[in-house]
Amino acid sequence: MDGPFNESFNESFADSFNGSSHDSSHDSFIELDGVEKVFDVRKRTGFMRSERREVRAVDSISFRVARGEMVGYIGPNGAGKSTTIKMLTGILTPSGGRLRVAGIDPSRERTRLARRIGVVFGQRTTLWWDLPLIDSYRLMHRMYRIPDARYRENLDRCVELLELADLLDVPVRQLSLGQRMRGDIAAALLHDPEVLYLDEPTIGLDVISKARVREFLRDLNTERGTTVLLTTHDLQDIEQLCSRVMVIDHGRLMYDGPLTGLHEVGDSERTLVVDLERELPPIEVPSARVVRVEGPRQWLAFPASESAAPLVARIAAEYPLVDLSVRDPDIEAVIAKMYADQAEKAGRAAS
Amino acid sequence: MGVSGAVGTGVRTGSRAHDDRDGWGAWDDGPLGRWERVLDGVRAYRMIAGMWIRSTMAYRVSFVMTTIGNLTATGLDFLAIVLMFSRIDRLGGYSLPEIAFLYGLSAISFGTADLVVGSMDRLGRRVRDGTLDTLLVRPAPVLAQVAADRFALRRLGRITQGLAVLGYALLTLDDVHWTILKVLLVPVTVISGGAIFCAVFVGGAAFQFVARDASEVQNAFTYGGATLLQYPPGLFARDLVRGVTFVLPLAFVNWLPALYVLGRPYPLDLPEWVAFLPPLVAAGCCALAGLAWRAGLRSYRSTGS
Repeated sequence: MDGPFNESFNESFADSFNGSSHDSSHDSFIELDGVEKVFDVRKRTGFMRSERREVRAVDSISFRVARGEMVGYIGPNGAGKSTTIKMLTGILTPSGGRLRVAGIDPSRERTRLARRIGVVFGQRTTLWWDLPLIDSYRLMHRMYRIPDARYRENLDRCVELLELADLLDVPVRQLSLGQRMRGDIAAALLHDPEVLYLDEPTIGLDVISKARVREFLRDLNTERGTTVLLTTHDLQDIEQLCSRVMVIDHGRLMYDGPLTGLHEVGDSERTLVVDLERELPPIEVPSARVVRVEGPRQWLAFPASESAAPLVARIAAEYPLVDLSVRDPDIEAVIAKMYADQAEKAGRAAS
Repeated sequence: MGVSGAVGTGVRTGSRAHDDRDGWGAWDDGPLGRWERVLDGVRAYRMIAGMWIRSTMAYRVSFVMTTIGNLTATGLDFLAIVLMFSRIDRLGGYSLPEIAFLYGLSAISFGTADLVVGSMDRLGRRVRDGTLDTLLVRPAPVLAQVAADRFALRRLGRITQGLAVLGYALLTLDDVHWTILKVLLVPVTVISGGAIFCAVFVGGAAFQFVARDASEVQNAFTYGGATLLQYPPGLFARDLVRGVTFVLPLAFVNWLPALYVLGRPYPLDLPEWVAFLPPLVAAGCCALAGLAWRAGLRSYRSTGS
């Protein structure tokens, strides 16, 4: 029976530390103050013997999300993204800190919160495999006690915007991955959640399905004012949807701000790939450096915060240019670089 | 529906409207809140079970085949005992109708529990593949959702067979002096026995939160226990009988009340009134299973996948 007492202890502890946080609770919808999640990982070292090790999956994270914001939550695998989402939805109990969603403590009032949030787990469908899609929606209707008129209105809207009309009578097992994802998103929205959590909503989808899902989420956010928090590996998801991005690594919040700022903080570089008419010595331009040469093709790195246009103009003027393309840094690389910088700084501070 | 009580109260996250910051007071929600949770659980159970029934109907032929298979298998199970009695007159001093009486009671009780919460041994798998999380974000008690998982009507087969065997026993038992007490004891035994088995299923599932692949251990107690109870206690070692009386009280499912009805001596020199304990034992088991479930779920929610 010590669970609840621990929780209330941690809570009052965090409260006394973050006394000022209550003041801002009116305008922020999601509040985290020094939230922690520590796992005891047991490693088998032999028959019946095991070693215990503490793993900080989430290490003192604090942030606020206002109503109607659309936030990308990104980071490498095992960074603590899913753990955070699980704490926000009440699946997991935080080990420490204070966490509120719509003024509710998720871990303590899981079912009450459940009526106000929608969750889409990208790789785990909540739809009924052997039944027509519409049956899953009817179950939601009854389980969430959605008023009839509201249910019909929401269903009609989702069916129209997500183009589900032809799929409603098809057993879920016969749907493609993209269709199923659209079906899952609709299922999570029938009860008018105030916030929608999406865990990798575009993973494994083709280009058209991705575009459709993104467009729908954008509309949902602008027209209904639904707060959206999504985790993703796809930088395009963030670019096209989120005004704000949070980067988490090793359980810590590394960055919180607009996507453009991320590139600056990460000091990342984009790559210009040029195809010349013939093999030439490495191009010499002041704002970029050649990182690779392969026959007539050359790779040039330049700061992500700068425009590619003057660089391209200059190369085109001075070299026999045949073709070119610009490649964005991938998010993993940006984060890796950011993390390395941080570690370096810490190392310098220590010495 | 003996387990429904445990279903509803298993998860203590009641819908409380007042501010949740007063953790101490909020933990202790009133009896009304608890009753609402029970109803909520039963409601969720019915909805999910209904979905599973419809899912099975998507494969009608398969459903018919498995149902027939199930009935045949359970039917043959008792036929084996009947065939045995063509060679012997008594088994452990018991006649065929007496064995049938034990068998029928055990089969109905186990069959009911198997129907209601039989799929809970899949919990470990749900924990491993992470699908338990999808249940935790729904506004319904998790225990009800897990209990209704893969609800299968074909499990009615065992209950049907148990009822048939019990019917045969009641018709052919001729040495029993029926009193009102004995007549009443039969349905009470069946219901209590079902509840005890339900508690074993739920407790076993709770254990799977900690030991993810313990479903075989659980099966040993449920399926194994049901088979054990089909034979008179005299056939088994004293320590085993002691174990299923005092540790895992399966003896209260059918043995003790049945021995009272049949006028047979009790094992372990137990007093006569223990025959009337099954409802109390069942209530105790369900309460313990509910607590175990709560502890298991809490441990899952603090440790994650």
